[in-house]
Amino acid sequence: MGQITLNQITKSFGDVQVIPPLDLQIDDGEFVVFVGPSGCGKSTLLRLIAGLEDVSSGDINIDGRNATEVPPAKRGLAMVFQSYALYPHMSVRKNIAFPLRMAGIDKAAQDAKVAAAAKVLNLTDYLDRRPGQLSGGQRQRVAIGRAIVREPAAFLFDEPLSNLDAALRVNMRLEISELHQSLKTTMIYVTHDQVEAMTMADKIVVLHAGRIEQVGSPLELYHTPRNKFVAGFIGSPKMNFLSGRFATEFDAATIGVRPEHLTVSHSDGKWVGKVAVSEHLGSDTFLYVDMDGVDEPVTVRSTGEIGFRHGDTVHLTPTADKIHRFDNQDLRIA
Amino acid sequence: MATQHSRAAARLMISPAVLLLLGWMIIPLSMTLYFSFLRYNLLIPGMEEWTGWTNYEFFLTDPAFFAALTNTLLLVGGVLLITIIGGVLLALLLDQPFWGQGIVRILVIAPFFVMPTVSALVWKNMFMNPVNGLFAYFAKFLGLQPFDFLSHAPLFSIILIVAWQWLPFATLILLTALQSLDSEQLEAAEMDGANFLNRFVFIMVPHLARSITVVILIQTIFLLSVFAEILVTTNGGPGYASTNLTYLIYAQSLLQFDVGGGSAGGVVAIILANIVAIFLMRMIGKNLEA
Ligand SMILES: Nc1ncnc2c1ncn2[C@@H]1O[C@H](COP(=O)(O)OP(=O)(O)O)[C@@H](O)[C@H]1O
Ligand SMILES: [Mg+2]
Repeated sequence: MGQITLNQITKSFGDVQVIPPLDLQIDDGEFVVFVGPSGCGKSTLLRLIAGLEDVSSGDINIDGRNATEVPPAKRGLAMVFQSYALYPHMSVRKNIAFPLRMAGIDKAAQDAKVAAAAKVLNLTDYLDRRPGQLSGGQRQRVAIGRAIVREPAAFLFDEPLSNLDAALRVNMRLEISELHQSLKTTMIYVTHDQVEAMTMADKIVVLHAGRIEQVGSPLELYHTPRNKFVAGFIGSPKMNFLSGRFATEFDAATIGVRPEHLTVSHSDGKWVGKVAVSEHLGSDTFLYVDMDGVDEPVTVRSTGEIGFRHGDTVHLTPTADKIHRFDNQDLRIA
Repeated sequence: MATQHSRAAARLMISPAVLLLLGWMIIPLSMTLYFSFLRYNLLIPGMEEWTGWTNYEFFLTDPAFFAALTNTLLLVGGVLLITIIGGVLLALLLDQPFWGQGIVRILVIAPFFVMPTVSALVWKNMFMNPVNGLFAYFAKFLGLQPFDFLSHAPLFSIILIVAWQWLPFATLILLTALQSLDSEQLEAAEMDGANFLNRFVFIMVPHLARSITVVILIQTIFLLSVFAEILVTTNGGPGYASTNLTYLIYAQSLLQFDVGGGSAGGVVAIILANIVAIFLMRMIGKNLEA
């Protein structure tokens, strides 16, 4: 079980309301990702769920029980911190066993659980080392091990991969996804990286200044973003926004076109501009095109290699049914 | 080449300082050693003569020596115990957010700035005095017989006075150490089901171990040579009840005018201090590594 319901919760630090009233339903076994720019309140929201911060108002329900006043240890949730928060003076074995020891479980059962967790996480050879003697990825796994042995109702991750290098991040992303497949426990995962959100989530919650902008599956957010913020945040490279004469043609205040939904041509197309920069990655080519009446260069993504260089004139055509229209409140027009 | 040159230059540059420090240490040490083998009494000047180990024999077989040795160890141990336990508790308290934190922290450090003689006299006359002291006043208020601290529990009283002086030092070092503890570790432990006592024992104390080591080492160095507090309160008495090694050497050299015997005591004290230092390093030095 691991069903969490947030009911009109708010959080203020002094006079500053970081989380305005917020409702959210997280179902059992779901992998939910909170994503949003830095400082938007993701960690605060996670810490409210964990019980490390008290809500200013509203209720938190875990598995149908009102947990608003329940202390963190009794909520049955396990958290993996961004800094890993391992206990530096304890061996890996003792770190993983710590929650069991606090729960007063006997030594033999502790050892068995630690061994099982270590096996899943490939830590068996490192059990007698101190955290200081491990690499970043291994420390991360120890932190996850310490969470697993508690058999929590839900796992909470706060930007767990942000201290790892790029290659390791991809690996750990897969490992955490696999862990979710095998445990089928609810996971709430906080990140500012939309790629992590898109690749791992069953359900993405996009936060902006403490407000939920949209909740949905990765592809829902990609195909039908509710507003301009979500449209710009989800997808990489970012969606291009065009206003003025480009938008009026489509009866909108702003239109958005993703870089992958623009086709390029040397001779003819809907819009015309000049190539500012072209980036050749082999599999893809990114063109940054300056157009009259558009402030930022328009990004275009083409597969394979195309022969455009700096200064070339280029014609762009958006795929007709992939144009997102936004009204003057930045909401999407269906 | 360059590094060899600069290394030689560096040695040359620091040599005056090293020589000065060496002389500073070597000259008094060798004079003490030299005097300790002389029959040298200030009352009969000009009659110094070589006596071999006699001074040591007298000093080491003197019952006062064993009393002083025990008192020294009790004094050091007692003050360490009080300052470390008290320091940890005060640090825990001061680490909590409360109104007027800045002022309270300054007040806590204040005793450290009071001269040892002054604080000992304040304690002696204003707190522990059996007639006018605050403690006597409280005892009378409660209908009890006032306790004459300095004559009935002289060593304990001195331990109390010295501990009061060193408590701020321990508190300050332990407080900074406590503040450097990653709050996420405590939160992780809290989520892992550790109550405050468990967090204290399993997370905070190990984190403080290194600072406690530093406090023990630094304080021991200073506590082995406590002198002023004894001089202005009990004069080492009654009998030898509050005489430590430092005070005994003073008494030998300057009250009994026996410079030779005092110097022998000084050499013994140096050896003992080194034994304590080695012992301490062995016992807790590993906390300082890594
Ligand atoms: N303990 C606190 N006291 C005051 N303000 C805080 C505290 N914790 C977070 N905040 C503020 O709340 C906002 C959201 O912070 P946070 O949840 O950490 O953002 P995120 O994790 O999304 O980067 C920030 O503006 C931050 O300054
Ligand atoms: Mg954060």
